[in-house]
Amino acid sequence: MCLGIPGEVIEFVPGQPDLAKVDVSGVRRVINIGLLTDDPPKVGEWVLIHVGFALSKIDEDEAAAALEFLEGIGQAYEEELAALQESMIE
Amino acid sequence: MKFVDEFRNADQAHALSAKIAALCEPGRHYKFMEVCGGHTHTIYKHGLEDYLPESVELVHGPGCPVCVIPMGRVDDAMHLAANPDVIMTSFGDMMRVPGSQGSFFDAKAQGTDIRMVYSPLDSLKIARQNPDKRVVFMAIGFETTAPSTAMTVLRAAAEGLENFSIFCNHVTIVPAIKAILDSPDLRLDGFIGPGHVSTVIGCRPYEFIARDYGKPVVVAGFEPLDILQSIYMLMLQLSEGRSAVENQYTRVVPWDGNVVALKAIGETMELRPYFEWRGLGFISHSALRMRPGYARFDAELLFDVPGVRVADPKACQCGEVLKGVLKPWECKVFGTACTPETPIGTCMVSPEGACAAYYNFGRLNRQRVKEVSRS
Ligand code: SF4
Repeated sequence: MCLGIPGEVIEFVPGQPDLAKVDVSGVRRVINIGLLTDDPPKVGEWVLIHVGFALSKIDEDEAAAALEFLEGIGQAYEEELAALQESMIE
Repeated sequence: MKFVDEFRNADQAHALSAKIAALCEPGRHYKFMEVCGGHTHTIYKHGLEDYLPESVELVHGPGCPVCVIPMGRVDDAMHLAANPDVIMTSFGDMMRVPGSQGSFFDAKAQGTDIRMVYSPLDSLKIARQNPDKRVVFMAIGFETTAPSTAMTVLRAAAEGLENFSIFCNHVTIVPAIKAILDSPDLRLDGFIGPGHVSTVIGCRPYEFIARDYGKPVVVAGFEPLDILQSIYMLMLQLSEGRSAVENQYTRVVPWDGNVVALKAIGETMELRPYFEWRGLGFISHSALRMRPGYARFDAELLFDVPGVRVADPKACQCGEVLKGVLKPWECKVFGTACTPETPIGTCMVSPEGACAAYYNFGRLNRQRVKEVSRS
């Protein structure tokens, strides 16, 4: 829950300006991007996600470094991904 | 005996390590506290202490939000969950936190309707799907998760949902740091500032630490090099006789934080006069509750919550660990009665907790390493 996980924005949800579909290590889920209204992400951009909300935009290098770090910590990240997989935000 | 997991850029790490060593004044001992569970995790995972001179010590602060929830609050949540009308929803991290009558997991095994969710928005969905039930979200976390709760409440309000509420246990990091600075037990030389919390609150809230307490603060990222770099920045400030707030994690943390997130928190929540932290006791203005305007989403008002204080188990020394006074392995039950499978204290529950991080990565402190290698 404390882990910020990087996700790539892959599409927007029609009629739901606050939502976007992201790809996190191959897991594709809808998250909320309402906290980034000052500078909304575009498709192909990366965001740092906490409990279903994008908290900040990050660049691709940072996303790659963060992913490598998360994959390195193992179990905690796997649990986070498993939880994300169960998520059904709409 | 080799305790270091070599990681990418180990060369750069060795270079930083040499720069840090060069700044150490002979005879001086340096103590830096990291107040973020994610940092604790990195430090143990990569054995960063092995990259530091003996005179530089890292102590772990109260940065794991699961770890600081007092037993009484867990009991209150269990009381709420026991109501047959209620579906309790919680992050996975919270499921194993022991209350005096067991954990959410234990209650779930006995048939209580407690569901693990990834996001408060998932909890909202459960509420929509179960109009005849009252869905309570066990909200925990620092300023990193508080905006999510706030946004979810705003959404529930916009939808006019009436069967959704928050059992609010959000805590704020700055008063906890202040309590540690004011406690006589510990002399610190500086802080490794939390990365993700600062994404929300920015760097300004730490200015009093530099100004009023004369201690440097460096907000740090989560990779091993980030942390070493931050320690170097702290050492540099000390050697130049300065104390300021600096941001090592500019890649992610804006100086002013996330204004939209702060607005959402401010709209829906207000500071409690005081809140009990596990191990640290009552700290004033250190936690959030729902604002009166959102009272209809406040589980504490909607349900009757016992609010009984429960003392921590006698064997538990989480308080000392959370304050950085004790190292995890110095706790009498560490690794014996208290393990991640059967946690006695909260620091063993979350992977970000100091005891769990220590346990999982099998770290020993330097003194112990010496003893072990001698024996
Ligand atoms: S070993 Fe267990 S009881 Fe002791 S401080 Fe750590 S979590 Fe608390």
